[in-house]
Amino acid sequence: MIEVTAGWYMSLAAVLFSIGLLGILVRRNALIMFMCVELMLNAVNLTFVAAGRALGSLEGQVSVFFVLVVAAAEVVVGLAIIVAIFRRRESASVDELSELAG
Amino acid sequence: MSPEILVPLVIAVPLLGAVFLHFLGRRIGEPLAGWLATGAIGTSFLLGAISSVDFIRGTSEHGESIMLWDWMPAIGAAFEIKWDPLAALMTLVVTGVGTLIHVFAIGYMHGDERFARFFTYLNLFAASMLTLVLAGNYAMLFLGWELVGLCSYLLISFWYTKPSAAAAGKKAFIVNRIGDLGFMIGLMLVFFHFGTLSFDGIFERAGEVLTTGTATAIGLLFLLGAAGKSAQIPLYVWLPDAMEGPTPVSALIHAATMVTAGVYVVARSASIFQEAPAAGMAVATVGALTALWAASIAIAQTDIKKVLAYSTVSQLGYMFLAVGLGGYVAGIFHLMTHAFFKALLFLGAGSVIHGMADEQDMQKMGGLRKHMPVTAATMGIATLAISGFPLLSGFWSKDEILAVAFEAGGFASVLYVIGLVTAMLTAFYMTRQWVMVFAGDSRWDEGVHPHESPRVMTVPLIVLAVLSVGAGLVNTPFRLGLEHFLEPAFEGIAMAHPPDGIGMFLLLAAVSVGAGLVGIAMGGFVYTRPREVWTRFQTGFGRLWTAWESAYRVDDLYGAALVTPGRKASEVAAFRFDLPIIDGLVNGVGRFFTESGTRSRVIQSGYVRHYGVAFVGGLLLAVIWLLVVGGA
Repeated sequence: MIEVTAGWYMSLAAVLFSIGLLGILVRRNALIMFMCVELMLNAVNLTFVAAGRALGSLEGQVSVFFVLVVAAAEVVVGLAIIVAIFRRRESASVDELSELAG
Repeated sequence: MSPEILVPLVIAVPLLGAVFLHFLGRRIGEPLAGWLATGAIGTSFLLGAISSVDFIRGTSEHGESIMLWDWMPAIGAAFEIKWDPLAALMTLVVTGVGTLIHVFAIGYMHGDERFARFFTYLNLFAASMLTLVLAGNYAMLFLGWELVGLCSYLLISFWYTKPSAAAAGKKAFIVNRIGDLGFMIGLMLVFFHFGTLSFDGIFERAGEVLTTGTATAIGLLFLLGAAGKSAQIPLYVWLPDAMEGPTPVSALIHAATMVTAGVYVVARSASIFQEAPAAGMAVATVGALTALWAASIAIAQTDIKKVLAYSTVSQLGYMFLAVGLGGYVAGIFHLMTHAFFKALLFLGAGSVIHGMADEQDMQKMGGLRKHMPVTAATMGIATLAISGFPLLSGFWSKDEILAVAFEAGGFASVLYVIGLVTAMLTAFYMTRQWVMVFAGDSRWDEGVHPHESPRVMTVPLIVLAVLSVGAGLVNTPFRLGLEHFLEPAFEGIAMAHPPDGIGMFLLLAAVSVGAGLVGIAMGGFVYTRPREVWTRFQTGFGRLWTAWESAYRVDDLYGAALVTPGRKASEVAAFRFDLPIIDGLVNGVGRFFTESGTRSRVIQSGYVRHYGVAFVGGLLLAVIWLLVVGGA
């Protein structure tokens, strides 16, 4: 029987974070990129929880609540922006949003 | 009413007149604007006269200081009026003669496009000059001093579309500025030693605070300032050019106001000059030399106003001679009588120019006596007065100056002789002028129809003629009215006096009257004859006459010695230093940022993933750094 240690959780979190990061770098659809951000945030949450349990400390769990709250707020604002952009442009591709390029 | 209320109004009324005319002058137009301005300055005169009654009656001797409001308390500068006999006399001269000139100007400026603006400036000029003479401290005096300079600039270049007038205005302003620099440094020295600029604080302690050296330095710096304002060597060159202004301006600047400021300042600073006999002697010497120098130039001028301009410079030299020797009463006395007859001469010249359709060349005049009787008679009186003809005003005042110089003895004896020669030259050139203009045959161009000026111009002439005759009687050896009047203002000052005794007076008077009569006789003898006689007379002097005619070419000298090198230096500074170095530096900074911005803008691609890569790359670098170097 293999014991599932904190390292497993950490590894899973690293994999999820990398997937999210990769998604941000390669995808153009704003909505997908948004989901990738969420994925990265939750990977970090997982790390917090795992570390907290392994160290027998509550601080990890508490940090997760903060991250959740911030993430919720971010989703509200982010989705609103995406919807607004989509209404104007009929597209959610971030490559087209480059008016401020130098 | 008491002087505390009336005297501030002396300044305020013309100032308000100027402000009013500035905004509404064009609307109320001619001639009402002129009469309004005249009313303002006339009111000022009346207020001054009422306030002076106590001095004349002798019920108030020292007058009073009237504090209006603080300005810069740290240096003793305030809007503060010193109302004493000296200030009172100056006020009456400035406003009295000023009023007559205002009236005359209504006629003279008739039909000018900027009629109202002219009177705005005249009123402002009067207000500035009154600020100067009524100031209770050097700061306020300097304020008036500078305002007078500004107004002279505005008025001399009044016809600014004429390039020569614009240039003359600038010249007056710049030359005055040189003198102002000296005056300002002198004031700083005064402040350094006394800790205040207030007259009361300075004059009471002058004896104990100042060493002879310091007093001499201050005196000489004041002399530089006074030489600028009062047109003395070497700064007199602006005054003859100032004739470019309308003639009433010439009368106002050269008779009643502005040029007398230098004499006034020396007289006012008597306590300082008392500590510095050398500075006083310098003032007297500059005055005597200027008197002779300018008189010799005046001899050969053919422009009717140029003669008077150099004559003014020369007469101011007399005043400097007097105040430099400590003869303050004599200097101020001559200032007053000169104000009358010189204003009369200028206004008379204005009347002639007016009647001759703007002709100023005396060679093209002659015989005007029949056409302009009032002008001819009044100018004749002024000519006699300035020549020192017995019992006219100039006789009393000029003789007093010469007598003071004679009594002072020593080196001043040389100055006395110079003054005597100048008196002869004065009589000569003034007679020459009168004869060339009014006597003999007519030489004017065809199409010129000389005519007497309207009454608004002749009445001021007549009033001034009466004053030119009678004003000398205020201070004769038989009745020293002016001396007693002014004495309280010079308390504690050792004043120079003419020698005692009627016999001595008669002797000195005989000598100077003799000199004057010789001049009159020579001028009359030569210039009543046909033109060939003059030419022969003039060529008899050879190159000397040419030198006089060209005013010793001082303007050319200044141009070559100062103006041209100055212009060269400015060019070097502008095109060799300012343009490549200062501008280069500033432009270089700008160019650096433009360039670096252009180059670095390419990284702002607008693609989110580029930013993302940079972000992740930076993060990785940070992580690697932590792993390699180790955390905190």
